[in-house]
Amino acid sequence: MKMTGTQAFMKCLEEENVKTIFGFPGGSVIDLYDTILKQDKIHHVLVRHEQAAVHAADAFARVTGDVGVAIVTSGPGATNTVTGIATAYLDSIPIVVFTGQVPTALIGNDAFQEVDIVGITRPCTKHNYLVKDIKDLVPTIREAFHVARSGRPGPVLVDLPKDVMASMINFPAKKEVKMRTYKPTYEPHPGQIAKACKAIMKAKRPVLYIGGGVILGKASKELTEFAKKLDIPVTMTLMGLGGFPGSDPLSLGMLGMHGTYYANMAVAKSDVLIAVGARFDDRVTGKVDEFASGAKIIHIDIDPTSISKNVEVDIPIVAGCKEAMIQMNKWVDAADINLDAKKSEMGPWLEQIKEWKEKHPLSYVEETDVIKPQFVIEKLDELTGGDAIVTTEVGQHQMWAAQFYHFNKPNTLITSGGLGTMGYGFPAAMGAQMAAPGRTVIDVAGDGSMQMNIQEFATIMQERLPIKIALLNNGYLGMVRQWQELFYDKRYSATPMEVVPDFVKLAEAYGAVGLRATKPSEVEPVIKEALATDTCVLMDFVIAREEGVFPMVPAGKATTDMLLV
Amino acid sequence: MKHTISVLLQNKPGVLSRVTGLFSGRGFNIESLSVAQTMDNEISCLTLVTRGDNAIIEQITKQLHKLIDVIKVTDISETDYVEREMALIRIKAESSTRAEVLRIADIFRARVVDVSQKSYSIEVTGSQGKIEAVTELLKPIGIQEIVRTGSIAMTRASKKY
Repeated sequence: MKMTGTQAFMKCLEEENVKTIFGFPGGSVIDLYDTILKQDKIHHVLVRHEQAAVHAADAFARVTGDVGVAIVTSGPGATNTVTGIATAYLDSIPIVVFTGQVPTALIGNDAFQEVDIVGITRPCTKHNYLVKDIKDLVPTIREAFHVARSGRPGPVLVDLPKDVMASMINFPAKKEVKMRTYKPTYEPHPGQIAKACKAIMKAKRPVLYIGGGVILGKASKELTEFAKKLDIPVTMTLMGLGGFPGSDPLSLGMLGMHGTYYANMAVAKSDVLIAVGARFDDRVTGKVDEFASGAKIIHIDIDPTSISKNVEVDIPIVAGCKEAMIQMNKWVDAADINLDAKKSEMGPWLEQIKEWKEKHPLSYVEETDVIKPQFVIEKLDELTGGDAIVTTEVGQHQMWAAQFYHFNKPNTLITSGGLGTMGYGFPAAMGAQMAAPGRTVIDVAGDGSMQMNIQEFATIMQERLPIKIALLNNGYLGMVRQWQELFYDKRYSATPMEVVPDFVKLAEAYGAVGLRATKPSEVEPVIKEALATDTCVLMDFVIAREEGVFPMVPAGKATTDMLLV
Repeated sequence: MKHTISVLLQNKPGVLSRVTGLFSGRGFNIESLSVAQTMDNEISCLTLVTRGDNAIIEQITKQLHKLIDVIKVTDISETDYVEREMALIRIKAESSTRAEVLRIADIFRARVVDVSQKSYSIEVTGSQGKIEAVTELLKPIGIQEIVRTGSIAMTRASKKY
């Protein structure tokens, strides 16, 4: 069937089962937008800034577990996506970003709204393409989706010159994508699985250290089965939260810089550390030489470059997390092991962990006249039954959300872990709510981050999304202020926000609802009212201004070197 | 330690930039690099020489392999291999030194490829060490210009039958 490039493009999206796209029009994609208008299978969400389109597509991917899609125009439209793409790259999120490009004859001429976006995004995409010939359009789009979602997922960018999209083609029949060069490994090597399992059986103090790979690899169920079968305690990275139920007694919560005392102690004293879909990031390891220094390290990861990058690994397993956990469960089931006896061997280790938990639980000093941010998160957890999708911006509020909300299911914490992108959470909430219309979606925000993508109120109101924003307002860029307090003699350089807008009025200006709480007694009524309201509500919690996030491991120190409350 | 790495990759625009971008972005260094088509015109072969301890070389080969357009990565230095580099050198050659230049060229089995009243241009092929040796000897006479290709390398064929 003969059709234009733009029609073929839409047909490709249908093939990939795309129902929602986030975008912003412009000269180079005007033909594409004309085609979007003439169909009703795919819903286009008009954002107010291209960065937000990418964050929304990214969160859509994180909630659904499938590929998110954004469309923008050439030049500034394309450059505005870069932060969003880098955010998805660092967290391995499958998205495909389509950028318009000037007509092929003008490429390289410094034409109006021309940039070399393929060149710009080369280091922050999993792969990218410039489609110079209409014949390549459909195969390239199919390949882009395949690359984005397979192996270690990641963002892919496809640059679409205007003249290519206006040309006519015969739509090629669908066929499986086969690439000469790219074949990710999913199945683990059986020999390595046996080696790992034998080491775990001998362990007296094992710890599972799980990351975002467990969630991306949909391995949560198999991992939970494995941990419970052998009574192995589990700690999670920021990206791994929800990969194992946070309320389970075996959960140690998050580890690392703002991890729990007991998670960091357990890792430090472990004799076998089983890393699953985690990458030994500096925020997790602290001083690398002293990280789990007495442990034999097993590392399961789909990406061979993650293995032995920061910490030398004893037993590497290159595989999908799900496939590896299935094989490990099978190995344990097939081996003639008395599970009850095995569990009772764990007694002393679990007892030790319990002692650590009792000695230094996550805590804060409660006050009656001023709202503590941790209290707000605890109330949110309680009043949503731990069942909301929580997005966050980046900073103190993000860490409090990670510490005090119990994430019991995968894909419920949507946060920028690797890049640490302020302004992520608000557009991410938009993507999350589009992906899960019936769910409660809460953006836990700070007054600094919130202002970085605040224009998206308009998109949220246009799409009638009932997103709730829990703004922890301290009038500071709080995380940097905390570092200045602790390590720079309280020299608060550029961290006090001397002008902060009236967020309640701001919400109202967009037609949303604004609520404010200034006393602890007002927190619960405000949250209850917000949850009962079926439109977008911003809750402005005026919190203790100089509250810090603890425990804290100062950058570069060993993780046992924690500053406690 | 010095390593010579051979990379087979798709012959597409921008592929070289993916490789060099990887090196600059991750702080690896490239001592020399040479690339051209193979028998299959859809595939190029790239030879690069780099330095690093085992952990760095392991990361380099893994990261190269991770590039979507890369087909095969071999650390040739781990095998028995042949390595060659070519250099074109223009040397000052006036009546007093003309014979000496030719003598040195002859010793290194270099060929004269261009000649003028005041200079010789020679072509010399060999290992990096050989190229360096010949340039050292010619330096006192006066090298006017030098262009080197960078190493290319190939694993030796198996001698077992």
